[in-house]
Amino acid sequence: MPLLRFLPEATNINFIGARYYAFAVDGLLLLVSILSIFFHGFNLGLDFTGGVEVQAKAPYTISESQVAKVRSEIASLGFNDTVIQTTSGGPCSTPAFSCLMIRVQPNANQDYNVAAQKIKDKMGTSYKYLNTQVIGAKVSGELFRGGIYAAILAVIMIALWVAFRFEWQYGISAAFATGHDVFVTAGLFSILHLDFTLTSIAALLTLAGYSINDTVVVFDRLRENRRKYKRMPLPELINLSTNQMLTRTILTSVATALSIIPLYFFVPALEEFTGSILFGIVVGTFSSTYVAAALLLYLPKPAGSIEEKAEAAA
Amino acid sequence: MLQVSAWVRIVVGLVLIFGIAIALPNALPENVRNSLPSWMPKNTASLGLDLQGGSYVLLEVQLDQVMKDQLDSTVGDIRRALRKQHIAYEFKRPEGSIGVRILNAADYPNALKAIKDLNPAVTGAALIGTKQYDISETGDNTAVLKMSEAYKKQLKKDVVGRSIEVVRKRVDELGTKEPSIEQQGEDRIVVQVPGLADPKHLIELLKTTAKMTFQMVDTTNDTMAAITQHRIPPNSELLEMATEKGSQRQLPILVEKRVLIAGDRLKDAGYSTNQQTGGVVVTFRFDSVGAKEFAEITKENVGKPFAIVLDKKVLTAPVIREPIIGGSGQIEGSYSIQTANDLAVLLRAGALPAPLNPIDQRTVGPELGKDSIESGKIATIAGLGLVAIFMILRYGLFGLFADIAMGTNLILLMAAMTLFGATLTLPGIAGIVLTLGMAVDANVLIFERMREEHRNGRSMLGSVDTGERRAIATIIDANMTHLIAALILFELGSGPVRGFAVTLGVGILTSFFTSVVVARLIIIAYLNFRKPKKLII
Repeated sequence: MPLLRFLPEATNINFIGARYYAFAVDGLLLLVSILSIFFHGFNLGLDFTGGVEVQAKAPYTISESQVAKVRSEIASLGFNDTVIQTTSGGPCSTPAFSCLMIRVQPNANQDYNVAAQKIKDKMGTSYKYLNTQVIGAKVSGELFRGGIYAAILAVIMIALWVAFRFEWQYGISAAFATGHDVFVTAGLFSILHLDFTLTSIAALLTLAGYSINDTVVVFDRLRENRRKYKRMPLPELINLSTNQMLTRTILTSVATALSIIPLYFFVPALEEFTGSILFGIVVGTFSSTYVAAALLLYLPKPAGSIEEKAEAAA
Repeated sequence: MLQVSAWVRIVVGLVLIFGIAIALPNALPENVRNSLPSWMPKNTASLGLDLQGGSYVLLEVQLDQVMKDQLDSTVGDIRRALRKQHIAYEFKRPEGSIGVRILNAADYPNALKAIKDLNPAVTGAALIGTKQYDISETGDNTAVLKMSEAYKKQLKKDVVGRSIEVVRKRVDELGTKEPSIEQQGEDRIVVQVPGLADPKHLIELLKTTAKMTFQMVDTTNDTMAAITQHRIPPNSELLEMATEKGSQRQLPILVEKRVLIAGDRLKDAGYSTNQQTGGVVVTFRFDSVGAKEFAEITKENVGKPFAIVLDKKVLTAPVIREPIIGGSGQIEGSYSIQTANDLAVLLRAGALPAPLNPIDQRTVGPELGKDSIESGKIATIAGLGLVAIFMILRYGLFGLFADIAMGTNLILLMAAMTLFGATLTLPGIAGIVLTLGMAVDANVLIFERMREEHRNGRSMLGSVDTGERRAIATIIDANMTHLIAALILFELGSGPVRGFAVTLGVGILTSFFTSVVVARLIIIAYLNFRKPKKLII
């Protein structure tokens, strides 16, 4: 049986030598993410803004004039921030764009629970209502805070685990690599203005757990090589370990990505979830090959390493 | 030759057999499932609302109101106790506490004792002897009562627990399939009703407190003076008449504050049609104590009107024509069968101890759910197929072994979800696929390590054994980070996200078992039976 051996058995890429380019690319990614998150912000979904969302399906493709009609009808109800758009995908694809997504923010003196009913009454019975969500301001605020705390907590806990299993330097490096992957993926949500919901937080946390895997694999080899080649300096050790693990890093990422690619295409409701995980897998592969181990160079040398001995002797 | 101890083989075999038996019903259509012999497991993982359609309502128990009511009731108790001893007092009611100032200093010791006697210990408190109120003396013959934390906690627990009971009774009356009612956090209740496409009616049922009382109508004072000049006698209250939608508004009615019988004495309620008028009436029946009280009241008050009050609104105020000794009665009004039945449901289920406020509500129509299941299935099969082909292309026969392990992983994951009664949601399906994709990572690590050992000159068996052993440490480290993320996600999540966290967490455990233990068994069996000359990987 011909086995797929498209990847060379042993690569010899100078990851450490290329680290400044990697840092530059990475810095740029981070910078763009930060700028976008601060200035562009997130397109917060209903989970986090609160409000009322109704998804209605018609048996025909909804035209612009019909949207305008609904818009003026909804406007007469006097809600704040009304968003109305046609959607496709899932049952809404037969025919294409046969659904309307209506999202409103009730005023302080409007009852959230009545709002959804008012919208439906206004639109009449020619629509089928696929999905209705009514989320109070209190819950949405809690969910958002909870999501942010959870993401931070996940990064810290993962770093602690790595620090416990390896050494504290590795923990810090892992925290940076994981935080970086989560942050850049959050940046993607901001740049593309994707709906940022509770499911997005789930995607970010899954990513936090997953992207560190490749890093752990490299760290693991680094630890093994340090015992084996006691006299090898750290930059060479890192290069050797990363090269030895490169095939593995790429293959595991490809296998995981392959599993969810069909979900991305077939299940539009999960598009943002699967899309962000796919993106995160790519970013995670990059950060675990180029960034995570290289960061160790800038942290105090691990106890018992050749560098530390050299420093102690000097 | 590599050996696997007998007990490992037995354990793996048993886990697989049980896994298949438990997971199997998920793959069978409903009619086949129902015709299975009774000793076979029939349970399936339940589908989340996003997959089967239905309504989700998150309710917040308004505990503040309960605390306030409790303070009011204590104020009443103190007032009665002090009056009995003819002690003059005045109340000060800052937010959340009660201040009592005794006007005559000589009465203060007696008054303080009376107040302290009214302060029972909290049952079930962590600290034995903790009282309901912390009483402090602030000078000037003043005692201040503040609810103790233990008492607050007990009250909350009690109120939320009772609320859940009442909510469950009311939801059960809707007659839908498998509603679920759970507590979330300290003061919230999650109600999920599969198949319910419009939660409007459900929310109306749940928002009503349904506190029912029987009070006499105040006939000695002038109702019109009360309405127009706000001259309301101290022992009476002016209550609105409950009006059905569309019917004419009626004038409010002056009712004595004293509650003769409360709704908790009701034993049953229903509706029927009135033979004479043809209208729909709500019928009710008291328990034996209530019936006795009702008989006495009606005997004493023949010819006078009394009011049946629900949540401070008068449902009806008929005149008592003769003593009612049977303990049952009826409420007349302009009811439809629907509204009469709703009222009967509320009366049967009893009053909520605190008002409930719906703060989050999601409804998924049945079409959307059905579509999600179909596309989810296709995507799952396609995703796993891609991974399976990829593994065979890269590792040949060993890739096939990994694929078999992946298949058993899917079965065990479904079995675990069925066993725990976990809910399968749309993100949960993504969780399953992702878990299986990641589980293969473990096999990639093992196989690559085997190749590496082989390249470094180890024998075939040596490479398999060492490769496996060395890779496992890495796999455990990598999986732990995953488990951490899943646990945090579970703590954070509600609804669909929680379902995702459960699949992810369970999947990490099953995938370790299949990718490492099951795959190893298959590989060793292959090596031992086929005795290949060289390592083809």
